[in-house]
Amino acid sequence: MNKIVLPPEAAGPAPWPAGLTRVPYWVFQDQSVYADEQRKIFQGPNWHYLALEVELAEPGDFLTTLIGDTPVIVTRDTDNEIYAFENRCAHRGALICLENRGKHRKDFSCVYHAWNYDPQGNLTGVAFKDGIKGKGGMPDSFKMEQHGPRKLRIAIIHGLIFGSFSEDVPSIEEYLGEEILNRIERVLGGRTPVVLGRFTQVLPNNWKLYMENVKDSYHASILHLFFTTFELNRLSMKGGIIVDESGGHHVSYSAIDREAEKDVDYAKQQLRSESEYKLADPTLLESFDEYHDGCTLQILSVFPTFVLQQIQNAIAVRQIVPRAVDRTDLNWTYLGFSDDTPEQRLTRIKQGNLVGPAGYISMEDGCVGGFVQRGIAGAGDDHAVLEMGGADAKGSESRVTEASVRGFWKAYRANMGL
Amino acid sequence: MTSSVLQYIIEAQAKYARCIDDDRLEEWPSLFHGPCLYRITTASNYRDGLEAGIVFANSRGMLTDRVSALREANIYERQTYRHILGQPSILSEDGAKVRSETSFLVARILQDGDTSIYATGRYFDVYEIADRSAQLQERTVVCDSSRIDTLLALPL
Repeated sequence: MNKIVLPPEAAGPAPWPAGLTRVPYWVFQDQSVYADEQRKIFQGPNWHYLALEVELAEPGDFLTTLIGDTPVIVTRDTDNEIYAFENRCAHRGALICLENRGKHRKDFSCVYHAWNYDPQGNLTGVAFKDGIKGKGGMPDSFKMEQHGPRKLRIAIIHGLIFGSFSEDVPSIEEYLGEEILNRIERVLGGRTPVVLGRFTQVLPNNWKLYMENVKDSYHASILHLFFTTFELNRLSMKGGIIVDESGGHHVSYSAIDREAEKDVDYAKQQLRSESEYKLADPTLLESFDEYHDGCTLQILSVFPTFVLQQIQNAIAVRQIVPRAVDRTDLNWTYLGFSDDTPEQRLTRIKQGNLVGPAGYISMEDGCVGGFVQRGIAGAGDDHAVLEMGGADAKGSESRVTEASVRGFWKAYRANMGL
Repeated sequence: MTSSVLQYIIEAQAKYARCIDDDRLEEWPSLFHGPCLYRITTASNYRDGLEAGIVFANSRGMLTDRVSALREANIYERQTYRHILGQPSILSEDGAKVRSETSFLVARILQDGDTSIYATGRYFDVYEIADRSAQLQERTVVCDSSRIDTLLALPL
């Protein structure tokens, strides 16, 4: 039986209001909620992004990452399969691997007492197991096969490695649903990504405030003034959002409206857009047609903490890692593809200026969660209002909606039993 | 190497740091000469040869656009930097072209007065020595940490 989690200092009970249009602020503040999330969401029946398959290209390659608070080792073993297991020695709990990534690793040895593990996470050796000169050592009842770090289930979809601690999580195909799968395939299907750079942005807010921002198609043209200031918005853009059945995954996209572009009024409008500000070097936004579908922006999220981004030719994956109630790591991996021409590669690198901690259109996203975290400091019993575009969590052709934010809370509450 | 080359580089770097710390960002693009290249990356990306930057500009126009965006478009809390620079090391001299490495520490001062060490790292610079001065052509800012605090608005 799940009980409603309340902040301990709350003057009175502030249960979650009915429906999806209210979010109580204590959910961003309370330590016991954070602990509950670790158990129910991060170790619960969900898939969590771990790495790109190309980052573990060869047997012996490994890297370490986090699922929520829990440290994880991801490997490619000599059978060419991907494995992941908790980065915690079965003996006394120390980290098994201290490096971020590496190659040619045949085994992992805990530094504390040299308990040894193979790349699949099996315990293969215990130092002084049989004692020295017949003295000391482990009792006969100790069986190595009964001890080991927790192993994860692994699913790979279009080169993205996901892991789960849960035996109950549905298959990744069922978890994501067809529409989301198709939109991942659109960006990554059949292609070999190349890592162009990795950056971690340290956010001063609860992880859910960042996920809300990712899913919030309402704020984009209001908070991010870069495109409007430089008159880079195309009047002939159309777009929409997709929200999956669970509510937890979403896609927000915008595309060139070919019909509107033929319009005579459109041409006149373009002539009229004489901004005070012009880019001194407009090559920043000289894109190449990568997907042949007119779609210039696609932001896709997978519950709870994964984002796949296409902003023109700036492709990136984002992994969101909660570090504390009010601290979150946002791990960016900027991508190109193996068949990029040098000119295409340069375009991607230039468009990297749009995203990340110094990004023209995303620097505000890194800060706005902190503004909310600070704003709600004295308002744990109050709540946010999410009524833009109605009260449901369904896809629409309008992006002036908070439907995908409501969708996140629908999935979150189902996971948390709230 | 002549001691005057080192002196020219120290002068150019001091001028650069003052330009940013004094909030004269409009002058910042004019500190670059010739084929301009400016990028900010991390030590681990730099070591691994990964090309993408947190900031990447290969023209003075792109630097101008960054200043315009900061002044006119982007929304962020007011802040200033204080650059503390180490002594430059000359890495190579090829005719008038000189490469140097200089350590830096940048403190960030927010509008409420909160001051913190924002970034430490190295400048890898390329200068052309001309007219009794060192003219900056390329600057690669390599931050020691791969963790960037929330927002990198002002140039390093």
